[in-house]
Amino acid sequence: MKKVINQPEDVLNDMLDGLSFAYADIVERVPETDVVVKVDKEDGKVGLVSGGGSGHEPSHAGFVGRGMLSAAVCGEVFTSPTPDQVLEGIKAADSGKGVFLVIKNYSGDVMNFEMAKDLAEMEDIPVEMVIVDDDIAVEDSTYTAGRRGVAGTILVHKILGHAAEKGQSLEEIKALADALVPNIKTLGVALTGATTPAVGHPGFVLEEDEIEFGVGIHGEPGYRKEKLQPSKELAKEIVGRLKKEFKWEKGEHFGIMVNGLGATPLMEQFIFTNDVKEILESEGLVIDFKKVGDIMTAIDMAGLSLTMIRLNKEYEEALKASVNTIAW
Amino acid sequence: MNTENVMKWLQLFTDKVVENKVYLSDLDSAIGDGDHGANMARGTTEMMAALLAKNPETPADIFKLAAMTLISKVGGASGPLYGSAFLGMAKVAKNSDDIVVILEGGMAEIEKRGKSSVGEKTMLDIWGPVIDALKAGDLSIEKIETIAEATKNIKATKGRASYLGDRSIGHLDPGAVSSAYLFETMIEAGVVS
Repeated sequence: MKKVINQPEDVLNDMLDGLSFAYADIVERVPETDVVVKVDKEDGKVGLVSGGGSGHEPSHAGFVGRGMLSAAVCGEVFTSPTPDQVLEGIKAADSGKGVFLVIKNYSGDVMNFEMAKDLAEMEDIPVEMVIVDDDIAVEDSTYTAGRRGVAGTILVHKILGHAAEKGQSLEEIKALADALVPNIKTLGVALTGATTPAVGHPGFVLEEDEIEFGVGIHGEPGYRKEKLQPSKELAKEIVGRLKKEFKWEKGEHFGIMVNGLGATPLMEQFIFTNDVKEILESEGLVIDFKKVGDIMTAIDMAGLSLTMIRLNKEYEEALKASVNTIAW
Repeated sequence: MNTENVMKWLQLFTDKVVENKVYLSDLDSAIGDGDHGANMARGTTEMMAALLAKNPETPADIFKLAAMTLISKVGGASGPLYGSAFLGMAKVAKNSDDIVVILEGGMAEIEKRGKSSVGEKTMLDIWGPVIDALKAGDLSIEKIETIAEATKNIKATKGRASYLGDRSIGHLDPGAVSSAYLFETMIEAGVVS
């Protein structure tokens, strides 16, 4: 393992101190916690809180700021934050109108955030939540814990953040979130595994000429390994699967987000984006929103994911609104 | 069951988890996200430090302090699950010193928190059979190892391993293995004979 770290057990603390020092004009770290909160607190608006394990930088702390998250709760690497920490995040985000939680669908995250929601309600803070499950790699069945939440979660931050910014109520944001999540779907491909600092070797190994479709952002196994192939072929497989899910018609409006998993250069992300564009144009879709970059990474995994969102005017306006965060 | 042997139990459990930290994470890398060993080692070490600092006077107080530390220090899915288990045990231990009834209280909380039951390739596949064996009077270290080994053949339908479907078969469940340590050390500490 070659990493610029000190002690593996200090990774989270050292990173949060560095981040809050570098971007002190946008965020601050709540003392004695692993919570990052926006500096310009606005009273009278619903607080928006997300979080999860670390290792997905810039998610989630990079999306804290005006127009997006009020606070992000950062767990240990690939490990859900604990209920007491989530409660601190809720308190930091609360300005009297209640707090809305955006949770990625993992058993740990759901349990810890639900426990925190109970604790907050005991302190008379109204809390609502939505669970994001945008990863279509996993079959959605009663025999799994459902689908995983991945990069699409950030589009949820953006759209709900805009609603909170405009002064929508907790109930309105809950309704918006419930309607929004089914319109966002993601699928990824991995070229390598990821190495967590505490373990020191990759969670899985792909051969030099091998790729895997559907790998999760913690290195969870995907649905198929194949020989390395050109970007165009990757785009064909990924868009093809998304099409099956969305069942889109010619002329529909969509947004796309190409997300690097941590070790894939922007050069490759743009090449892939270009291939996606060509396929979507041939499908007759109208692409009103695009974003490319490292949004939700898996530490040092090479690979990328494609998120698509079926747009309406409200979502489009929210996605295009300006915000003040580290990473949007 | 008394304050002394329950303290010894949790000390032995902590030692065993710390000793097998890498092994637990390796098991978790195969079907999960590879953090079970690190999280449990961190959580149990913090739990033991809190217990030694505060020296709780009754088994119920020990279980409650253990629960609070695990909930706030482990993270992941294991934190709320083990935390809820010890919380359930603490509630029952207030009015009973029957280890079977206490463990049943712990198991009920795991089921509730994890929305899960026996047969889904989770820690419950140790808890259920261990409690049954205790009731039948034939719990031993060997028996626990056999029960843990049997989780290999279960297809996961809860937790992160459930995403693998059939491919989860053939792997030990990491949470089941750490729970096996909990019950092996319970015997070693003399909490049950």
